[in-house]
Amino acid sequence: MSVLQRGAKSLLLSELVTGLGLTFRYIFKPKVTLNYPYEKGPLSPRFRGEHALRRYPNGEERCIACKLCEAICPALAITIEAEPREDGSRRTTRYDIDMTKCIYCGLCQEACPVDAIVEGPNFEFATETREELFYNKEKLLANGDRWEPELAANLAADAPYR
Amino acid sequence: MTETQIKPLTMNFGPQHPAAHGVLRLVMEMDGEVIERLDPHIGLLHRGTEKLIEYKTYVQAIPYFDRLDYVSPMCQEHAFVLAIEKLLGLEVPIRGQYIRVLFDEITRLLNHLLNIPAYAMDVGAMTPFLWAFEQRELLMEFYERVSGARLHAAYYRPGGVHQDLPAGILDDIMAWAEQFPQVIDDIDVLLTENRIFKQRLVDIGTVSAADALDWGFTGPMLRASGVAWDLRKSQPYMVYDKMKFDVPIGKNGDCYDRYLVRMEEMRQSLRIVRQACEQMPGGPCTSDDRKITPPKRADMKRSMEALIHHFKLYTEGFHVPPGETYTAVEAPKGEFGVYLVSDGGNRPYRCKIRAPGFTHLAAIDYVSKGYMLADSVAILGSMDIVFGEIDR
Repeated sequence: MSVLQRGAKSLLLSELVTGLGLTFRYIFKPKVTLNYPYEKGPLSPRFRGEHALRRYPNGEERCIACKLCEAICPALAITIEAEPREDGSRRTTRYDIDMTKCIYCGLCQEACPVDAIVEGPNFEFATETREELFYNKEKLLANGDRWEPELAANLAADAPYR
Repeated sequence: MTETQIKPLTMNFGPQHPAAHGVLRLVMEMDGEVIERLDPHIGLLHRGTEKLIEYKTYVQAIPYFDRLDYVSPMCQEHAFVLAIEKLLGLEVPIRGQYIRVLFDEITRLLNHLLNIPAYAMDVGAMTPFLWAFEQRELLMEFYERVSGARLHAAYYRPGGVHQDLPAGILDDIMAWAEQFPQVIDDIDVLLTENRIFKQRLVDIGTVSAADALDWGFTGPMLRASGVAWDLRKSQPYMVYDKMKFDVPIGKNGDCYDRYLVRMEEMRQSLRIVRQACEQMPGGPCTSDDRKITPPKRADMKRSMEALIHHFKLYTEGFHVPPGETYTAVEAPKGEFGVYLVSDGGNRPYRCKIRAPGFTHLAAIDYVSKGYMLADSVAILGSMDIVFGEIDR
């Protein structure tokens, strides 16, 4: 490039004008923003969100208190206590997840041999107080009941890869 | 009245400064507006990762690596699983290798798509940030589809990757790769020739090749100084030796060259992403060594042996033969290494993490000495500092 050309370009602010033109063109492009919470981005079946404890279709809870999730949890967020129920089957008496410790790595749902503890598609579980994030068994089972259709669909969709 | 000289002026930069890229505190000794000495105070994000890893089984330690440099998670997992595989002598199936290369490069794009526009914003340009974040969003959707999390993936496992790619994702990545060059070009138009951008970067923070080597620079910081050193070329891991890509190097080693090197690296990463998608072979994506990788779920439900393996691996984990290894990968910021010592147990005896940002930050006093206060922000941006990995 000759000195003259460079001088002319510099004097006419050519690179600034091209840049401004480019940003101006973007005004006419379709919007990419989503109107959250009315619109949401896509989620895959593998998404690891809020935990839930599932039940079998007959209403029996799946968890058999094998404590694999408790053992694998890297953040030590899960606490389980178990003893036999009146009918002799082994069930948890306490199943707590401290959601403030949880790192959502998904190892608990990987470890669970009966698909009882799962991480569901819900990511909107912010609370006003810290205490509300100490989930107990009751809360987790309620989550399971609330999200069961989505959880079952996600597990079915991901089954070939698991 | 006698004139009293108060020199040098000591000034505090950060840790709440938006241009500090996290929680960096710099104690600056200034002579007017010229920097005389820069003292980085680190450790505000220290979480004791290395010590924590000593108390976790190998698989449990993987999520910690996502949280080191949280803008390039998968590359760091890669260094850790490579180290484990080296100690175990474990082979990764070819499909698993391709998936890892594909996602390493997606990670590199994610990192540079954050660094370049954040850097541009530090020196005054807002628009590229918005464009790059739109692209990051699309890339994080790919992350989410394979691993279930947008950032902290925990996707790589010893012996391969956690789950196979879901059907159709390669087509979507290819479709994304079609439109992406346009975005790089647009950022290029806004920044590369822009006189304001150039005035802030050209001839700022110059590091010669010899000095860069002396200070232990790696990655784009070293390549901008003109040393063509890239672990993907010099000691290829996975299938990088089958990929065609160039290593861009700079000439002057200033902030502007570091920006240019990163821009070109994005184009080269895109080439690798395309090649990996096109050549993606079939077959298993994880090793079938049942003493290391857990069995498929369907097997676990039916076979007693598989169930025993499942229980063993998710409680005790696997044992790694005694030995030590230093394994490094070319992370987007430079050489990310893991020095892993095993005493034969199911947990690492020691896991030392070599973070590229740490050595870069160590040189900040040397690099910014004699420049102006405003240049320190440009130098900091060009170093691509992330505090997760520096403070560990």
